[in-house]
Amino acid sequence: MADQSESEWAREVGPPAPDSLLDLYYWLQLTREVERVLANLYRQNKVIGGLYRSLGQEAGAVGTAYALRRRADGTGDVLSPAIRDLGAMLMMGAAPADIMKQYMARGDGPTGGRETNVHFSDYGKGYVGLISHLGVMVGVMAGVALSFKVRGEDRVALVYSGDGMTSTGGFHEGLNLAAVQRLPLVVVVENNGYAYSTPTSKQTAAAAFTDKADGYGIRGERVDGNDVLEVWAASRRAVEHARAGGGPTLLELVTYRRLGHAEHDSQPYVPAGEVSEWEARDPVDRYERWLLETGGMEAGELERVRERVREEVAEARSVAESSPMPEPRSGVDGVYAHERGWIPWTRGGLEDPDEA
Amino acid sequence: MERPDHVRQTELGQPVTMLEAIREALWEEMERDAGVFLMGEDIGAYGGAFKVTDGFLQRFGEMRVVDMPISEAGFTGAAAGAAHMGLRPVVEMQFMDFVSCAYEPLTNYIATSRWRNAGPQPLVIRGPVGGGVRGGPFHSQNPEMAFFHTPGLKIVYPSTAQDAKGLLKAAIRDDDPVLFFEHKKLYRAPFLREVLPPGDYTVPLGQARLVREGVDVSIVTYGNMVHESTRAAEQLAEEDVSVEILDLRSLMPLDEEAILNSVRKTNRLLVVHEDTRTGGIAGEIAMRVSEKAFEWLDAPMLRVTALDTPVPYSPPLEDFFLPQVEDILTACRYLKAY
Ligand SMILES: Cc1ncc(C[n+]2csc(CCOP(=O)(O)OP(=O)(O)O)c2C)c(N)n1
Ligand SMILES: [Mg+2]
Repeated sequence: MADQSESEWAREVGPPAPDSLLDLYYWLQLTREVERVLANLYRQNKVIGGLYRSLGQEAGAVGTAYALRRRADGTGDVLSPAIRDLGAMLMMGAAPADIMKQYMARGDGPTGGRETNVHFSDYGKGYVGLISHLGVMVGVMAGVALSFKVRGEDRVALVYSGDGMTSTGGFHEGLNLAAVQRLPLVVVVENNGYAYSTPTSKQTAAAAFTDKADGYGIRGERVDGNDVLEVWAASRRAVEHARAGGGPTLLELVTYRRLGHAEHDSQPYVPAGEVSEWEARDPVDRYERWLLETGGMEAGELERVRERVREEVAEARSVAESSPMPEPRSGVDGVYAHERGWIPWTRGGLEDPDEA
Repeated sequence: MERPDHVRQTELGQPVTMLEAIREALWEEMERDAGVFLMGEDIGAYGGAFKVTDGFLQRFGEMRVVDMPISEAGFTGAAAGAAHMGLRPVVEMQFMDFVSCAYEPLTNYIATSRWRNAGPQPLVIRGPVGGGVRGGPFHSQNPEMAFFHTPGLKIVYPSTAQDAKGLLKAAIRDDDPVLFFEHKKLYRAPFLREVLPPGDYTVPLGQARLVREGVDVSIVTYGNMVHESTRAAEQLAEEDVSVEILDLRSLMPLDEEAILNSVRKTNRLLVVHEDTRTGGIAGEIAMRVSEKAFEWLDAPMLRVTALDTPVPYSPPLEDFFLPQVEDILTACRYLKAY
């Protein structure tokens, strides 16, 4: 797999250190394990809403986020995930237990049970939670990048989009303004073949999403999204380009969504054999093979990483499962800065509606 | 052409859910009028996120069941163009929460078209709304009032299978743009399964339905709150509080006459809506009653509504946010004792 990636590094970013190689392996395994446990919690009816998996495309989130400056003190790069970028959230510092609490709508999770799945933010750690409405985050992250430019900070913003999300007005307007303003924004298009049931051919008539980069007057690059090293190398180029004042890059990752849109979707619309074809290109398996055959790793080292991941995730699960549901009234406050939310008089409060 | 079994239930005299009633309405209208066609995300091969259009692609083909890119503003605009050319588009929002993306073409272009002498806009925007399903703030909204305030748009929000079918047919045949709200909690609710009238029927827009007669308190409501109000009324009957319930069915046009008649009879008004409180339709209704039936009132007009916050995800939060039967009981008892 990595012949091309290796030569790319040699040319531009230098070969990865052994530490980084194991690190990447850790994040891939952590992502997969957290999702495995979430699927288990889902089947036990402990996940309240839907569950969105990234099985088979973990290298996209991990390889891109690995190219960012990840700091916990609010001075690093900032990203905004799409629904399947749990791996990127973890890498920026989101705790596995917090992600599980979000999915289980617990009261001491990052949004206190108000919001779903990976819809949560931490500006210190550098992630901006998405909302459901697709497209809006491109504009928001263009604004994050704009603030870096205005303040003369050499920070970079990165926003993820699915192939489907590229069809929104928000995507176009956000990216275009970032291009015109030469903002330090990396737009990652995770082309996983489907938007819910809709194939990519019904989202764009372009042969590749990178064809659009020309139209926007920005840099475009398209890579194998299931090759974590290639994704990382391409992401570093995009991030350095942005940091150096070169403006946005549209980075297309060619990958595949091996499971349904959410856990309820059994993908009846997928042609026979397609999933298994992509199973053979599983990004974690491929990377593991590369580490053993080319990266000079021992099987034991990898097993120790997996062991560590299992322990951490099991621990996170028990923390999350023993955390409380929110207090019913706790959702009322915080709509505005200074006003307390209204509690209906019919809930045992005031007797007289005129005074309520 | 023979109908597949899943749209033949009424033909066979079998009961249908509200979702199946909506499906039948769409199917029959497409059979009846070649100008009726569907646009939306994942509506073709997949049959829609809630399976409303299951089987439509096979029967009506890609020209009339058109899968859209994720472009609500774009395809709502496209529906307007098709309507200009004489077609009758029925647009599905995967969740009505996403209609906000189409706010611009809807409120500016479509709503004003007839008035601008640019011609009628005989189109329908339909999709699932409502909370109580743990969908969180962006899959649970009731965005009707954002459009209620826009002159030119009609708004329909059924609460039963029979009404859903008749109202949707009427909406499709209507020459004005109609937003059609389908409460997702009612889609497959077993208690709403009923045998529908055979053959073609419509329910006219702008006519409320008297759900239950009573003499002490009038509840004016719509959507899922019709059923919560009925639950409350049944309990109140045992306490000797007689509740009348009016299901608006259409918010625009609003059946003012039915509201006034009920208030003149019971002299007490409670408006119940799942929508949030401030700017909800309760305010508009109370104002009209104040203008036209003030002398008939024996008590302040009250409302039971959701709280003025986004819709929270976690069950304890959402249950606290949504109007509950208990709230309706408290308000009705208060009114009766006033
Ligand atoms: C504006 C808007 N319209 C529709 C939806 C419903 N929806 C949620 S995810 C999705 C598909 C997204 O596909 P893609 O962008 O390719 O991301 P993927 O799920 O493949 O990662 C759709 C249609 C939405 N969230 N927002
Ligand atoms: Mg996709």
